[in-house]
Parts: sequence; structure tokens; C-alpha cells
Amino acid sequence: MAQLLEIRWHGRGGQGSKTASILLGKACSEAGKFIQAFPEYGPERMGAPVIAYNRISDQQVSVHCQIEEPDLVVVLDPTLIATIDVAEGLKADGKIIVNTEMPASKMKEKLGYAGEVYTLDANGISEQELGKAFPNTPMLGAVVKVTNMFSMEEFMELIKKEFAAKFAHKPEVIAGNLQCIKRSFEEVKSE
Amino acid sequence: MGNRIALTGNEAVALGMKQIAPDVVAAYPITPQTEVVQIFSQYVADGDVDTEFVTVESEHSAMSAALGASAAGARAMTATSSNGLELMFEVVNITASLRLPIVMPIVNRAITGPINIHCDHSDVMTIRDSSWILLFGENAQEAYDNLLMANRIAEHSDILLPVAVNMDGFIISHAVENIEIVEDEVVKEFVGDYYPEKYLLDAANPITMGPVDLQDYLFEHKRQQIEAIKKVSGVVRQVSQEFAELTGRHYDLFEEYRLDDAEVALIAIGSTAGTAKAAIDNLREQGIKVGLLKIRLYRPFPAKEIVEALKGVKTIGVMDRAESYSNTGGPLYADIRAAMYDVGGTAQVMNIVYGIGGRDMTVRDLENLITQLQKVTETGEIEERIIHYGVRD
Repeated sequence: MAQLLEIRWHGRGGQGSKTASILLGKACSEAGKFIQAFPEYGPERMGAPVIAYNRISDQQVSVHCQIEEPDLVVVLDPTLIATIDVAEGLKADGKIIVNTEMPASKMKEKLGYAGEVYTLDANGISEQELGKAFPNTPMLGAVVKVTNMFSMEEFMELIKKEFAAKFAHKPEVIAGNLQCIKRSFEEVKSE
Repeated sequence: MGNRIALTGNEAVALGMKQIAPDVVAAYPITPQTEVVQIFSQYVADGDVDTEFVTVESEHSAMSAALGASAAGARAMTATSSNGLELMFEVVNITASLRLPIVMPIVNRAITGPINIHCDHSDVMTIRDSSWILLFGENAQEAYDNLLMANRIAEHSDILLPVAVNMDGFIISHAVENIEIVEDEVVKEFVGDYYPEKYLLDAANPITMGPVDLQDYLFEHKRQQIEAIKKVSGVVRQVSQEFAELTGRHYDLFEEYRLDDAEVALIAIGSTAGTAKAAIDNLREQGIKVGLLKIRLYRPFPAKEIVEALKGVKTIGVMDRAESYSNTGGPLYADIRAAMYDVGGTAQVMNIVYGIGGRDMTVRDLENLITQLQKVTETGEIEERIIHYGVRD
């Protein structure tokens, strides 16, 4: 992993971009990394475009501004691509993961981005495992897989702890969310 | 200590409050309030802390209730932000004048008009002349650490003044970062129990607080307040020293970053100081001698020490995240200019007003600024002494 990994999450209000960035940050912190996880707050409306960020590093991070040139972009809602330049500022040798049924090669064409493009049907996985479209957990798994941050086994252990805290009042959803992570590791594909 | 966890600034400060376990916390959820009191109220509801949590009907009442509790002899806290602080304003001044050592985290956000909930320092700057002690932190760790030290400073027998612990709204308050937590027992011992020397519920030694105090005595009481203010720096240093022995984390009145041989210096408050460090590292690699002075204790203002630290600097860029609408720049700029006058040096002092209403300040922005300041160092020419950085024309 690079010394500093910067991630930008694009989603819509209600899809859990902020939650995913925080879960990733907390899991990485648990593993000894220095992290930041923060949303870009606007008016909070269901369905409105939202952005969240992560910085993950082996050293303390003193920078406190938004991320303009991310190493990785995560798109939780493919309909955002029509209205927002999700690849804006993304490093030429960066990576982008899109939640879509579309194969990665086709998405790459659509985005016109020369770096690595990955796709995952996060809505499909979530609907099958949780009965509802919460694309954030599968996309979280895809991020860990694509960045080689942790092995699946390592990450499952880390995220189990976070889920136990987050879903203390809804323990029945933990198994489904873990299954989402496991499947996303197996199903995220590049072109 | 190795107790590193990931929390938001709000969570870190609420946790610190739980560890301090004040006798009374009074709060009102004005918009924008902070999550600090929301999280703290959950601790109270869950029985994790035995603080008396007073839900009041406004921020004015929150500070009034804290005042009453503190006057009665209790250790009292509240927390606020932005317009909440403005609504408290009358009582904020009274608590300081009554010498009540209340502690209050402030999440710094723009004052409404038009509506904005994001970070700047326009809220806290309105109480800079209130004789509250104002501490600022760069990140969640410093907000937490400042909070753990605040009671010791406020309640010191030479001081007896309220302390506000400031952190940047959203940028710190809502961002998750790693912080090192001090164990509950260690905090308890460090902060200690509170035994006020004089208080209203001391029936054996009855006193009056805040009676009529006209032209015959008010001046003398204000004089006492000024004498206490003179001793704040020393107490802050002493408490910080003890804290360092406990945690290994060193704090002073301000932080000097690569300032020793600097020809250009930025002076900043809050989270932007951290971003500035990255910009400074980058430009140092290009041979620009630039450093940073980060304010921790803003009121009272450690003018003499700051001037000493800036010796040898040729161009100073003072960064204000608030305007004073005086045509003489922001509040920190006025303080620095006044302090520099006494030494009669030749340093150029410029003002950069930035980040109003949460406008982002990136590493590149800071590099641009430093480059501009470096140019002033080389040419001695200044086009505009007060810059509003990043604003559209």
C-alpha cells in the first residue's frame, strides 16, 4: 500500500457513503493505520449527491482539507456519472470502482478514464443478502480488495468488530453485511 | 500509553467530558449545536456518568444554569457553537466577571446571516474580550487534551476564570481521526476533585455574588480580573508540563513548526495549521525557509513570547478565519501587529483572511500563499497588506 492512500466516495444521501468511509477508517485504525474519514457536508437530503473522503497512512496525517487528487474513487450510484465528473482529479494511475451491473470494460468506455476501472453489482449483492439495496457495505469490501489493504480474512475480523459496535441495536443484520463483504471480494472485477 | 482509537472530534470531546465527570452540564440543542452534548447526554442516560444533566430552553439559559451551578459550588460545563454562543453572550461575560471556572467546548462555526453551518472563527472571536481563556486545537487529539487540562487551568486559585476549548466545526468536529485516549483513572487523578474556596451553598461562610458594584468598586474588581489574566500563561505552562509528564504529549502557549531559521512565517489557529505543515514541508524541499507558529492560547494573548519566537523572520503571514470589519484586517492580525510594534522590528506583517463559512483551504492554496510571502521577502514590495484569500471578485 502507498504511504498515503486518498479515497473519494460518491453516493447519494441515504446510500451510506459516509458510513462506509467511517467503517473503513475505523477498521484501518484498529489495524494500526493513521486515518481520516470525513464527509463533505451540504444540505442533508435523501437522494442528493454526497461525497465522503478517507485518508489512510502509515504516518500521522496533519492535512485537513478536502481531497482533490484521490488515488481511488468509489461510486455508489452509477446515475451520478451522468451529472458529475466522478473521475475529476483522479490520479492517472489511480483506480475507480463503480456500483453497476455493467462489465468493467463498458464502464471504462463510458467514463473515458485511462486508469484501472472496476465494477461490482453492489445493489444486487445487497438485495440478495440484506433484502434491500445498501450498496455501501459491498463497495467497502471492493475497496479493500482492489487496494490490497488486507486479505479477506484479516478484513472480516476487523469489520466484525466495527459491525458489532455499529449494529449493537440491530445484531440481526451483521451476518448479511459480512456476507456482502465476502461476496464483494469475490465479485469485484476489472476490465 | 498506546490507547489509540478512531473518533470524531465531537466524540473525543464528549468522551473527555465523561472522564472529567463534571457535577452539572446544562445544554440546549440550538441549530447548529454540536454532537458533544448529544453524545454526553447519552452517557448520562446510560448511567455511564453521574453528572446532573440540565435540559434548558435556550443557550442563554444553558450558560445561566452553568453559572448558577458553578456559583453554588459545582463543577459545571456546557458546550456550544456559532449562534448558540451568540445567544449566550450576555451570560458568557458575567461568568468571567464572577470568576466562575466553567469549562465549555466550542465547535467553531460561522455565525448565521445568511445561514451557514460550516467552520470559521467568527463565533469565538466575539468573546475574545470577555476574559474567558481561549484554547485552540489543531485536531481531535488536541481538542481532547486541551479539555483534560481546562479544569486545572480554570480552577487554579490564581486564575478562577472560565475556559473555552475550541475546535474547528465539521473539519474536526465531524471527521473521524485517530486519537490517544488517557485512561479514566488517570484523567480522574489529573483533573482532581473540585473544592471551591468560596461558594454560595457554603452556609457556614455566607457570601454574595454579583451584587450592585458601581463607580466605587467595579474598577477594582476588574483590576483583579486583569491580575488573574496576567497569571494565565504561567498556569497553562505548568498544567501542560504535568500533562506532558503523564502522556508524553507536549503543549505550550503556541507551537513552533520549522520556525528556527525561517524567513517566512505563517501564524494560524486551528485545523489549517496542520494543512500548513504539509505545505511548509513541500516548500522547504525547494529551499524556501518557511515555518509556522500555531496559536494554542489565544486569550490571554502571549504577545511577548510570540514576538520572541518570530525573531529573525522577515515576512509574517497572519491567517485569520474571521473578519473584524474594521478595515484593519482580522483579529489575530491586529494582535500580532500590535505586539510587533513594541519591538520596532523590520518584519513585514501581512494578513490573510481565509476559510470563511467553511471555504476549503488546500495544501496548494497554502503553498501559493507562502510563495507570495517569499516574493515579499525578496522584493520588499507589498501590493496589498490584507488579502482575502480564495474569494471570488
